[in-house]
Amino acid sequence: MAASRGTVVGSLLLRYGNKFAGSHIVATTVGRQPVRRQICTSCCLLRKNLAAAGPEKFTEEFIKKQVEEFNIGKRHLANMMGEDPENFTQEDIDRCIRYLFPSGLFEKKARPIMKHPDEVFPRQTAIQWGQDGRPFHFLFFTGKQSYYSLMHDIYEKTLAVERHQDRLRNKSLFTQDTKQISLVGSRWLRKEELEELLVEDISDYDYARFIQLMERLLSMPYSALEEESVQHYRRQLEVQSSKQEIPPLQHDQQGAAFSTAVGRRKTATASVVLRDGGSGKVTINGKDHLQFFPVLQDREQLMFPLHFADSLGRFDVEGSVSGGGHSAQAGALRLALARCLLTFSPEGKVEHMRQAGLLTADPRVKERKKPGQAKARKKFTWKKR
Amino acid sequence: MSLHRLSLRLRQAVAQARHFHSSGSGQQLEAVTVEAEPRETRELSFFRTRESDPTCHAEVHMSQYYTLPPGHVRTLFPHGLPYRFQLQMKTFNEGCVMVRQPALELISHLKKADYSKPAVRYVLYGVNGCGKTMSLCHTLHYCYTQGWLVLHIPDAHLWVKNCKELLPSSFRPSRFDQPIEASHWLRNFKTTNEPLLAKLKTTQRYVWTKRESTEEGRTLAELVDQGVSRVRSSSDVVGALLKELRLQAGQPVEGQQGALRLAVAVDGINALWGRTSLKKEDKSVVAPEELTLIHNLRKMVKNDWTGGAIISSLSQTGSLFKPKGAFLPQELLGQDGFDSMDPFVPVPVSNYNEKEFESCYLYYIDRNWLQHPHSRTEEGRKELIFLSHKNPTIFERICASL
Repeated sequence: MAASRGTVVGSLLLRYGNKFAGSHIVATTVGRQPVRRQICTSCCLLRKNLAAAGPEKFTEEFIKKQVEEFNIGKRHLANMMGEDPENFTQEDIDRCIRYLFPSGLFEKKARPIMKHPDEVFPRQTAIQWGQDGRPFHFLFFTGKQSYYSLMHDIYEKTLAVERHQDRLRNKSLFTQDTKQISLVGSRWLRKEELEELLVEDISDYDYARFIQLMERLLSMPYSALEEESVQHYRRQLEVQSSKQEIPPLQHDQQGAAFSTAVGRRKTATASVVLRDGGSGKVTINGKDHLQFFPVLQDREQLMFPLHFADSLGRFDVEGSVSGGGHSAQAGALRLALARCLLTFSPEGKVEHMRQAGLLTADPRVKERKKPGQAKARKKFTWKKR
Repeated sequence: MSLHRLSLRLRQAVAQARHFHSSGSGQQLEAVTVEAEPRETRELSFFRTRESDPTCHAEVHMSQYYTLPPGHVRTLFPHGLPYRFQLQMKTFNEGCVMVRQPALELISHLKKADYSKPAVRYVLYGVNGCGKTMSLCHTLHYCYTQGWLVLHIPDAHLWVKNCKELLPSSFRPSRFDQPIEASHWLRNFKTTNEPLLAKLKTTQRYVWTKRESTEEGRTLAELVDQGVSRVRSSSDVVGALLKELRLQAGQPVEGQQGALRLAVAVDGINALWGRTSLKKEDKSVVAPEELTLIHNLRKMVKNDWTGGAIISSLSQTGSLFKPKGAFLPQELLGQDGFDSMDPFVPVPVSNYNEKEFESCYLYYIDRNWLQHPHSRTEEGRKELIFLSHKNPTIFERICASL
């Protein structure tokens, strides 16, 4: 009885949980056979019910069906576009969808997508209990079974390492300087990533305890035993500058090297042509940089990339800028100039410039004015009564 | 150490001692002297020159600083030098002017000019802050040392704006007088040209009011005194003075060899043909012609008199209603001004070149004006070049905060 109730509930929830969100079917489970009945709809009722149901649940069969549909759809799409169905990658799919359903929406996530169901539907835990209603995992009743089982496993590993160390000490082969796990260039999993791994919500305190336990494992001299399992929970840090686009080096008719780049800051766009073998002359929109920027601060902004690259008298700068105010124009020119300088600078310099902040586009723009306020932040006079 | 100081101060004595003492110590002295002199002369000669007479300045002295004799500064420039330069003079305790190409060109023109022909007009022009006023002052120093009568209007723009009192002229009802400016200028004019004014005489009788008049044959010094003391009629005095000078330029002067040479120097000459910011009582704008001072000055600047030169410079800095980037004669003088000034000799003034910038930089270091240690390095120098673009004013302003 209880078992049948459980399965029916489970299947019902999973089958009808999300698909018919629009229609108003509620499964009542207390004590009786579930009854499907239409309930008169009012918005507040609907809202309450949706909140109580929690996140949508999908069955495994449902997911499998979605995967089949996706694969068939992929082949159809490839045939439609005249591509090879066998070697049709996700990038190709994205490209075709963008072509077939052009969208002007600003929010990228709101645009039409066609992705593998694993990416679309969030990972969910399978049913945790069997036919008899008894949970599979021994830690089910803690509420966070994956987290606590993870902590348990790591502690087991710690104990294993300690036992190994004791054995070595008994044989008097214990030495402090064994090979340690290399932690350079990698970082611990972030809390979000751990949650994703465990398919469970954990609190900040839980995450802190997890990191503490890992650090404790690593503090032991013979922790290299458990290297693979530790590395499972670490992520590599990429070198940011490898992603930097460097403008190509071009040569003009006289053979002098030059490069062009564009920079933007706060509605000002600037484009700069940097010529080698010059005398430190700077021309902006046909005018002298002294005439164009009477303010010292703007000229200092222009000077920053050149001074950083120790090439103050080496290049001739030809810039054109429009939009924005004088500070924005100076910032845009600075960014464009820094990008041009990348072409002429050695490898290590690229990383230095990135860390100096020369290559980062300043994301600050004017904040929008909100209704009910005078400006973006300024509020109208507050009257107590 | 003490030997070194000794050689620097009493070089002549040491040189004599060199002949008398042939002992070891004498030879040591000799060695030190020989060593000290070239170093000093080398350093001195790069950015300074001992030649303080503008008559002798030549290409050799280009981009070097020469010191203005203090006596000359007091008499010749009671009002002529730029304000920031005056502050610099006070700080450094000396007035050093750089010898630059435009001034040398002007001086060479003045040396070769024929003074029996009508006066030649020279116009210095260039971007803001490139050294037009300083070149003008350099040229005036030359004229002064040659014994010319220097008529220097430090800034014609001061006469077309911010005037507190505008009196209707007694001479002509449609014109307006500016008593304060006129009397102030007359006072400075007197300081500059006292000895010469005492020798020149008026050629006609001037009646100022019912009770005051200046007879024929009185010295111009008295005329000027009249203007300084009687402020109400000072603008008319200025007019009379200019007329007298126009008549007497090129004439021989008693008690002095050679004829009277008149140097009319106007800084900011584009003010004469621009607009004013002065308003009449009925809030209508005053045209420049309606001001006595401007009217008389325009007559002065016309080339219908002989025996002198008119040296002027354009200035956007003090000008009214002119865009910031304007510096060419056509733009600043306007159509009327250009037609009136035509023909003139344009003298372009540009920013510092490499050598001049180096000289200025060394001068500031020598005077301990650049105190930041980084500014004395090669890198700091490059930064200064970039930031100031070798413009003298901007460079001076940047260095002032270092």
